[in-house]
Order: sequence, then C-alpha cells, then structure tokens
Amino acid sequence: MSSFWSLWIIVLTTIMLIGIVWILFSNRKTKNTGPDATTGHIYDGIEEYDNPLPAWWFYLFVISIVYGIGYLIAYPGMGNFKGVLNWTQVNQWEKQIEQAEQKYGAIFAQYRDMPVAQLAQDAKALKMGQRMFANNCAQCHGGDARGSYGFPNLTDGEWLFGGTPEQIKTSIVQGRSGLMPAWGTPLGDAGVINVSNYVLSLSGRDVDSASAEAGKEKFAMFCAGCHGAEGTGNIAFGAPDLTNNIWLYGGSPGLVQRTVRSGRNGQMPSHKNILSEDKIHLLTAYIYSLSETTQAQE
Amino acid sequence: MNHDFVEKNIGAMLVLTIVAISFGGLVEIVPLFFLKETTEPIEGLQPLTAQQLEGRDIYIREGCNNCHSQMIRPLRSETERYGHYSVAGEFVYDHPFLWGSKRTGPDLARVGKRYSDDWHRAHLMDPRSVVPESNMPAYPWLFENTLTGENTGDKMATLRTLGVPYTDEDIAGAQQAVAGKKEIDALVAYLQQLGILLKHKR
Repeated sequence: MSSFWSLWIIVLTTIMLIGIVWILFSNRKTKNTGPDATTGHIYDGIEEYDNPLPAWWFYLFVISIVYGIGYLIAYPGMGNFKGVLNWTQVNQWEKQIEQAEQKYGAIFAQYRDMPVAQLAQDAKALKMGQRMFANNCAQCHGGDARGSYGFPNLTDGEWLFGGTPEQIKTSIVQGRSGLMPAWGTPLGDAGVINVSNYVLSLSGRDVDSASAEAGKEKFAMFCAGCHGAEGTGNIAFGAPDLTNNIWLYGGSPGLVQRTVRSGRNGQMPSHKNILSEDKIHLLTAYIYSLSETTQAQE
Repeated sequence: MNHDFVEKNIGAMLVLTIVAISFGGLVEIVPLFFLKETTEPIEGLQPLTAQQLEGRDIYIREGCNNCHSQMIRPLRSETERYGHYSVAGEFVYDHPFLWGSKRTGPDLARVGKRYSDDWHRAHLMDPRSVVPESNMPAYPWLFENTLTGENTGDKMATLRTLGVPYTDEDIAGAQQAVAGKKEIDALVAYLQQLGILLKHKR
C-alpha cells in the first residue's frame, strides 16, 4: 500500500474514532433533571422525557470504542501498520496447513516406501485410498470405480494405458489423453458401417459378414496403426483392445459407428499439482487393488 | 452542536448523515481501487477469448452463480477441497465478478482442467449420469442452441473501456470465432479456464 493510502486510512480512522468519542461525551447527560422533566419538545402533543442514557448503554459504547482501539493495535487495520500480533489471512492459512501436515503427514508418509502390491493387501491403506478415491476420482469413474459411458471401468482388469502400479501411477500423475480421430470423411458412410461391423466381429459379435469382410481392409489402413493388426489395442496410445467386448463408448452398432465416424477424445486430468506424492501412492494402491480383487473373485 | 438545529434542518441532517456513514466506505473501499494488489492481474492472466466470453455470459444467463461461488477463502478446509485460495488479481478482468455468496453446489473458482470436456458435457446434459446424488438441473438446450456471435465484438469493446486489454484484432475476429459454435462448447471453454493459474498441492 502506498504511504498516501496508508495515511488516508490512518487519518480517517482516527478522525472517526475521535468523532464518536466526542459525540458520545458531548451529548452525555448524567443527572436526572426531575421525575417529570421533559426536553421541551412537543410534536403533535407528544412530549419527550429528559432522562439520561441508561448506564449499561453508555458503557456498551465505551467498551466498543476500547475494543476497537485494541483491535487496531493487535490486528492490521491502520494502513500499513501490521498489528502487534502480525496476523494475516495468509499466514493463518499457512499455519493451518503446517499443523495439518504435522498431524496427518506422517499417516500418509508411513506407506511411502511400501510397494503398491503390498499396500493393496493392507486394509487400512486401502480404506484411506478409497476415501481419497471418493473425493478425487469418483466424479468420473463412479463411486464403485466401475466407470460409465466415456469413463473407464477400473475394476475389470482391462487397462487402456496399462495396469502395472507404475503405469497406474503415471496415469494419475500426468493424466492421459486418448484421442481417436474422426474417420467419417475418409471412410464415407458405407466405409463407416463396414469398419464398425468388422470391429464388432473382432469380439465375436453377430454381424453381416460380407460387410465386415469389406471393412477388414479399411481397418488395416486406418485403424491398425493404433489398435494393432489384430485389434488388440496399444497402451502407448490408450487404444482399446477391440476383441474383448468391453466398450468405453458403448458397444451397440450405432455407437460403434458413431465412434468411427466422429472420433473420441478421452481426457484424464493430471493430478501432479493437485495431490501430494504420498497420497497418489495410496490411491495407486487402491486402484490397483480393485482389479486384483475382482480377478481373484472370478 | 445544538440538536434542535440538526433536527429542524433536513438539509443539514442529510449532509451530516452522509458524512457519518461515508467513513467506512472511504477507509475500506476507496483505497482498494488504487492498490496494486487489487488492480493488477496476476502473472499469466489473459482476457477471456471470444468463445470463453460467450460461455461466461451463458453461465450468467443460466444463473450458475446462484448456486456456485467462485471464491476460495484462505481456510484449510476450503483449499483442501478446491485448491489454492482466490486472490484479487485473478478477477481484474471480471466485469462483473461472479464470486457469489451461496454454495448449493461446489465452488467453481478452480474447476478448470479438473474434469475432461466430455465430463462437463455429460454433466450438463444430465448431472445424475456422472454424479448420482447431484441435485443440479440439466441444461440440454445448451447442446442445441447455436451462437451467432453477433454481439461478441461489442461486448469485448465494452469490456475494453473497463480496462480489459482486448486488441482491435480480438474484437474484429470475435464474431467469426464464435459464430456457429454450440452454447455448450462456449460454456465448457469458459469453465475449463477457471482458476488454472494458481496451484496448491494437497
């Protein structure tokens, strides 16, 4: 704050304080002039008793003024004067963060050096991971982590970008981008239908075999680059395996055609600047455990 | 001073009342218009693009600010959930600001890049499809309405008079940048840039 504005605030605040003290005391009446004495004002026949302000009321004003002065000494208020307590909103927040770090930091840090596979067996760590998942991941992947249209299921053991602890952690830290271009223009309407039929046939779906056969060649030209010649996908691009009948954007013929025609743009946001490494480590363990347990059950 | 004088001269009473109540404003509000901390943009702050600006107007039109604040206070309980607390320099191009005062839904000051575009689209089409317990209304018409961009340039020119540094090219190209886009695209573009400059790891 420039010294002009600092002075402006100090001067006006001081004038105000002096002003209210002056008003309070200059108008003060301490003695009752008589039980029935009036101020002499008569408005439409209504008269006003001339009594002093009740003492509790007067002292309330005095206390407020003293409190106000005390506040201006303790806290920042008078321009650039920081107050003797040196309090600011930001340093209060920093203190809160520091206290929380002391209290909770160790709880997360104790798992820091444990490998993810081991943490995935630790009930307490998983419970913590589950709560962080509910706060940070469930909005897209669902409370049960089974995903929804456009958001991958994390429990089925099928991974777009790989399911090792390191790969899961990379997905959380850096985020992921699963971009499929639109093929509607190069393929044409018939081409889109043929390729879609071929894609559906890869997972053993019942389709028009002539159309699928016609789509095979186009698939090799346009799709195999990411999805692989056999359509088994590629985790380097997040290109899904097309042979397992798991469909991120729906597996009906219409939706598959739409995917081929218009492309898809899946984005997982980066959490590098949102969550600490210790928390991401626990989250990784929780997410890793989800498909492990599913597979164990099956 | 004689009370009678004040009580019997309405003009004097008016003037003295204004003097009495103006101290608070003179001390607490007026200096803010001249302080570096409140009038200068933070590093990296850009004015909204034409599309984002239209998105902001849709945000206002649909009353998003009635349920969503855009103001994270410097309290741990808030920064833990939403991210870095808000600072004045983030809002210098906001006319009017959309801080809000009521949170029926969560604060959106740092929602930018928190979810994917697809998520926002799914959520605005049908909030329950991604957040089952949500009580937010659906906004399906955003997917049908098309922007013409007719007034976009004028809006930018007006904002420029308020100190938003739009260039002549920005204003000239505004209509073209917006025309034909769906409202949903503009709104998502606006949401995706909210508060991305400051980070707080937690």
